[in-house]
Amino acid sequence: MVKVSHLSKDFETKEGKLEALHDVSFEIKAGEIFGIIGKSGAGKTTLLRILSQLERPSGGEVLINNSVIAKGDKVITNNKIKKTMGVVFQGYNLLMQKTVARNIEFPLKIAGVNKTKWDKRVNDLLRFVDLEDKKEAYPATLSGGQKQRVAIARALANSPKILLLDEPTSALDTLSTSAIISLLQKINQEEQVTIIIVTHEIGVVKKLCQRIAVINEGKVVDYGTVQEVFANPSNIATKQLLGV
Amino acid sequence: MDLINATCQTIVMVAISLVGAYVFGIPLGVILVGTRKEGIFPNRFWNAILGWIVNTIRSIPFIILLVALIPVTRFLLGTGIGMAAVILPLIVACVPFVARMVETSLLEIDKGMIDAAVAMGASKLQIFFNIYLPESIPSLVRGAAITCIALIGYTAMAGMVDGGGLGQYAIYKGYYQYQYDQVIYTVIILVVLVEIIQLGFISLAKRLDKKRGNIK
Ligand SMILES: Nc1ncnc2c1ncn2[C@@H]1O[C@H](COP(=O)(O)OP(=O)(O)OP(=O)(O)O)[C@@H](O)[C@H]1O
Ligand SMILES: [Mg+2]
Repeated sequence: MVKVSHLSKDFETKEGKLEALHDVSFEIKAGEIFGIIGKSGAGKTTLLRILSQLERPSGGEVLINNSVIAKGDKVITNNKIKKTMGVVFQGYNLLMQKTVARNIEFPLKIAGVNKTKWDKRVNDLLRFVDLEDKKEAYPATLSGGQKQRVAIARALANSPKILLLDEPTSALDTLSTSAIISLLQKINQEEQVTIIIVTHEIGVVKKLCQRIAVINEGKVVDYGTVQEVFANPSNIATKQLLGV
Repeated sequence: MDLINATCQTIVMVAISLVGAYVFGIPLGVILVGTRKEGIFPNRFWNAILGWIVNTIRSIPFIILLVALIPVTRFLLGTGIGMAAVILPLIVACVPFVARMVETSLLEIDKGMIDAAVAMGASKLQIFFNIYLPESIPSLVRGAAITCIALIGYTAMAGMVDGGGLGQYAIYKGYYQYQYDQVIYTVIILVVLVEIIQLGFISLAKRLDKKRGNIK
């Protein structure tokens, strides 16, 4: 489903070249929940932004559904692929001047879905994320957990095959975190959506993910099933994250 | 009666120029943003040219612009004096001002919202009409208050070409007829006008701004 090979990303900064990703390779299978974990500054968001075609890599190759979306230092913008992917950003990135309903229907509008179908889809999604009473509310009036659920509903609007989430629980309390975890499990099982989740919370990884890649200083330092990696962390960074 | 008349003239001048300034200023601001390197229709040449024109006009004091434009006004309107002759320079002076304000408002938009749209596969035009414009409306309205107040200041110089309004009234009464009480009244009216404009636009902006957390 997703194949990343020898991916690298350099940022030009005032202090010189910053290697955010270096020779990153991994594969994500259809239908799985894949975790990308690592401490702050490891390069997780950068990786996710390349997968969602928002950032240009410096080298390597990214394949999604057998289409090359990035090769070398080029992004091969593919709106068809984009429309099979839903992205939930680290800061939600909701449209602040639009209601919850308008936010959720926005991807439908962009994709050119017939207007008559919007309302039903929005209502279904609101029911799915349990926010029916907030349909006409503005994002600024919502709690963090509620905003996160709107962002998830919006990402699901076009029935994507892949859902990418950047730290979806980091800003939430334990109760909201559990709610998001069960929501993601429901999405994965009921809608057969492949989920790629970036996080630094080990608890979330244990409950949710099947396989993970641990990233440290832009490199994949551990990669495999959660059981494998947790039972046998090969890298000091992984051990730190696990607290062992 | 004269004072009321002058007040009305000022209001008319400001209102017409404000509309004119935005009719031309919004598209110009949009072009200034759009032609930027990361804009929706990048064009270095036009960005530089328009930026330069905007800066040049903005650096000319209004009173000089007013006089300098007399031939143009005369050519277009058939007269170089009167209220109509002031409105053209007022618009010319304000368009670059508005354009820069529109530019600032558009650039203030949180990049994250644009990322979200790009990740959905939105076109540049879709991003412009669905994000840039609607998300910047409260900021544009707040900018309009500043433009409007600046315009009131400019209209004070309308007397130069016999355009009427409060500025001409105050100069005429105070400077030539020594009726200082009339000058005081003029000042009071101006203060009240500015206050009303400020309050009006700011409360409108607040009503429109859903980012502040007011439930619909
Ligand atoms: N646009 C940019 N320009 C320059 N450097 C950047 C840019 N974006 C990210 N970086 C750098 O790349 C590195 C990786 O950043 P990234 O945001 O991917 O980390 P992260 O793993 O998501 O961290 P966090 O857990 O704090 O979100 C950091 O050193 C960061 O400073
Ligand atoms: Mg991050």
